[in-house]
This record gives sequence, structure tokens and C-alpha cells, in this order.
Amino acid sequence: MTPGVEPVVRAARFALAHAPNLVFAGSKPRRELAQRGRDLRDRLRAHLREFGAAVEYPPAQVMLGNLAPEALWACPRPWHRSPCAGARAEGPAGVLIDEPSLHAWLARGDAAKLVTLADDYAVELAGRLDGVQVATRPHARLEKALTEGAEPLHGPGDRLVGLVASGHEADEALTGAVVLENLAAKVTGALALRRLLDEVRPEEPVDFLLGSGEEAIGDRYQRGGGNLAKAVGELAGLRGAGGADVKAFCAGPVHALIVAGALVRSGLYRRVVVLAGGSLAKLGMKCLGHLAAGYPILEDLLVGMAVDVVADDGVSPRLRLDGAATLRLGDGDAPHQIAQALTVAPLRRLGWRLSDVDRFAVELHDPDVTEPAGSGNVPANNYRIIAALAAQAGEIDRADMPAFERAHGLPGFSPTQGHIASAVPYLPHAIAGLTKGPLRRVQLIAKGSLFLGRMTTMGDGASVVLERNRG
Amino acid sequence: MLELKDKLVLALGERDGIPAPAIRACAESAGGQVVYNVTQCFV
Repeated sequence: MTPGVEPVVRAARFALAHAPNLVFAGSKPRRELAQRGRDLRDRLRAHLREFGAAVEYPPAQVMLGNLAPEALWACPRPWHRSPCAGARAEGPAGVLIDEPSLHAWLARGDAAKLVTLADDYAVELAGRLDGVQVATRPHARLEKALTEGAEPLHGPGDRLVGLVASGHEADEALTGAVVLENLAAKVTGALALRRLLDEVRPEEPVDFLLGSGEEAIGDRYQRGGGNLAKAVGELAGLRGAGGADVKAFCAGPVHALIVAGALVRSGLYRRVVVLAGGSLAKLGMKCLGHLAAGYPILEDLLVGMAVDVVADDGVSPRLRLDGAATLRLGDGDAPHQIAQALTVAPLRRLGWRLSDVDRFAVELHDPDVTEPAGSGNVPANNYRIIAALAAQAGEIDRADMPAFERAHGLPGFSPTQGHIASAVPYLPHAIAGLTKGPLRRVQLIAKGSLFLGRMTTMGDGASVVLERNRG
Repeated sequence: MLELKDKLVLALGERDGIPAPAIRACAESAGGQVVYNVTQCFV
């Protein structure tokens, strides 16, 4: 084992998959459709976005790195009415693929041979499948399999284009719906990992993969067995890397960044990639609010991510483990207690004021997604608390709080993909700002809703600091 | 002013607002009995 060195965050990439027809498989739409039927399905279908609209959506352009998050301050809301005409489906921070490409990747990532495509659709996808073997069936056979519990795959106009069979006829943890959800996470994670490794030092071996998503991979005896990281690495074509998952609800990625940094610091590994796939369950989560507001269904993007944590290269932003914090037992989880533990305390340990941090990256949910559904502006609420603590500490006057929030905060721009939205969408911009740009320090802050699992009433959180390299 | 002394309380919290444990602490300090508490998370 070579001696450790300080860890740096060298790069981050996102893979966005436009999945309008998977919106119907999202948790909220599925439940609402079971009660309200055809009429709701028709209304949802009428409000789905075309691929071009998803590409031109300003927050998507921020996710791809083609637009700075701060540019959204001046962009009139709702942002879907201010499309970025002529925008590209890829950028320095990642790529956005269309739904047929996603279907091809689901087939490519189908290790257990549970995906079947309609004969005619497989012909249309031939170019995207690129020689991948996939089972195909005529429509009549697909329709029969659906009556036996398989999960459908649809295209535009409710066209049946394929299905996902269950992994076992007597296992609730392997229903077709669960397998599809997990496959969607696997392939979007692999797309992000592949994008990262194609663009960033492809010749340098990856030692370890840390999964950090909220999916549950397993079967009836071990529903959360996990280690999607290795399945993702396999699909991305890696050899030689180990893997494991960090499970911490939405705080998973930031917890995993801390663990990755510690692994590099210890000298055990030199290159660790923190990754996660997208959440199919969260597609269409706020659809009723969007329908009521006359918006398109904005939650039609699955998002995967990959973050490169390596030994100090003299250039990339330092991952300050001495500025890492987690919400400990007994810290309390009211908003001000969380901010005290995750934002204030680590900065004080470093001898910094809150205003010494150029940007705080909190949960960066797109407010155009959350506000029509009554969930408020999540980043803004978090920045209000941080500014209040700065005022309480005497760093700023109370009247200066809005200016502090604007200067040190960010507009939300991430799809509501849970763990994906939690601070990490800012990473490509943070890395650019901390190397070529003027930033000196960024703090990433994530929260996890442990109470949702009904094993505790507690919340959780994690934070870490990035600092400009001295090299 | 809400008088909670000797009242039964259902604490419905929201993670990005006031979580249920905080509501419970306030309600119990005011003399109420919290019979149910749950925190929702809407993102």
C-alpha cells in the first residue's frame, strides 16, 4: 500500500436520459393512474415534453455544463418558457440521451435477460443496439406477458415497445417494475461513468467504485443487498476495480465523497469514482402540480452521475476532509440544528467565517418543479437558514441576508432525482470555478430523510469542503 | 395563542420546514401529549 496523499475532486459528469414514457411508471403517477385511470393518463400524455424541449430547458443546460447556474438568476421563470434555442444535448458536464437510446441501453444492461422488445421496435433501434442481443416478440405475445405481470415499456402515443419481466415469479423484490427501476439506475450510472472515463484520463486505472444511489438491489432474502457499483462498472466496461455502495438516502453521494477521500488519503487507492444512477420512482413526482399550473411534465429526466476522486494532482480542488461533517446522533435535526452541525461547525474548525465560502451547494432542486406542487423553493429555504446563522454570528446584518443568499447561494436547477440533486450537481461548475475561475472555497451540504424508512424519526446529513489547490 | 396543555397532539412535520421531533419537543414542553408524529419529505 503506497503512502496516502491528499484527495482532490478532479471531475464530475452527469448522464441525463429523457424518459417521458417512463413517467407513467413513476411512483406518484402509477398510484394516481390506478385510481383515476384513462382520463389522467390522457392529460399526462398531452403534457409530455419532446426531446428537443428537454434539451433546450435552461436547467438541463446547467446540468450539462453549457450554462452557469448563476445565469438562471436573470432567466425569466418559469424556465420552460425561456428555452435555450439551438442548445446541444451534451456539454462539458455530461450528455442527455433520448428515450429510444435509453431503451437500447436498458437492453444492453440487461444481464438477466428480462427485457424483451417488440419486433418492429427492435428493428428501429438496431443502430442504437449496435449488435447487442435482445429478445424480441410480436405484439400479441407482449400483450399476453403483460397480463401475466410483466412491466410494459411504452413509446409515444402509448405504443407498446417492449416489457420487463419479473426476475422471479414468487419474489416481490424482483417484480418487473422493480427490475425496471433498478435497470434504469444501472444504465444511467454506467452512462455517466463511461462519459467520465472517456473524457478524463482513460488510461489511468480506477481502483474502486462507490455507489451512492437510493435504489434497492436484491431479492426476497436480501432486498437491499446492493453493490450496484460493480454492476455499473461491469456495464461501463471496467476491469480491475472493486466496488461497494454507500447507502444514506439523499446524503449518499456526499457521504460517499467523504469515504472516497478517506480511501485516497489512506493510500489504499489512488482513483475512486463515486457514482449513482437515476431514480425512476421519482419521475412525475409533482405531475399533478404541473398539470394544475399548465406546465409540461418536467420530471421526465433520469440522471446518473460519476465523480472522480484521486490523489492530489496539484491542480484539482482539494477535498478538505478536515472540513467534513456528518449529522451525528444527538445533533438534532431541525433546520437550524442541521445547518449548525453541517455548515457552521466544520467552517469554525477550519477557522473560517461563513462568508469565506464562495458558494454553498445545498439541495439544488429546480424550483419550477417543486413550487407548483406546494413544496416551495428548497435551495432558497436552505440559504435563508445559512444567512440567518451568518447574521446570528454577527458576520452580516440581518438586512444583508438577501444579498448574502444571492452572493453565496445558487438557484436550484437539478431534476428532483433525490440523491442526485443533493449538492453534487454543482460539482462540475465548482471544479471549473476552483481551477480556471475565481472561486476559492465551496461547501457541499446534503440531507437525508432517514425517517422515511420508518426505522427512526431522525434525519441525516453530510457536508464537505472543496478548496482551490495550492499547486 | 394555542393552548396545548393536556391536549392530545398529532405532530405532522416536514423535513424542509419543521420536522416532527421538533414539533413534538415544543408540544411536550407546552404540556401536550404527542400521540403520533411523522415527518414527510416532499423531494
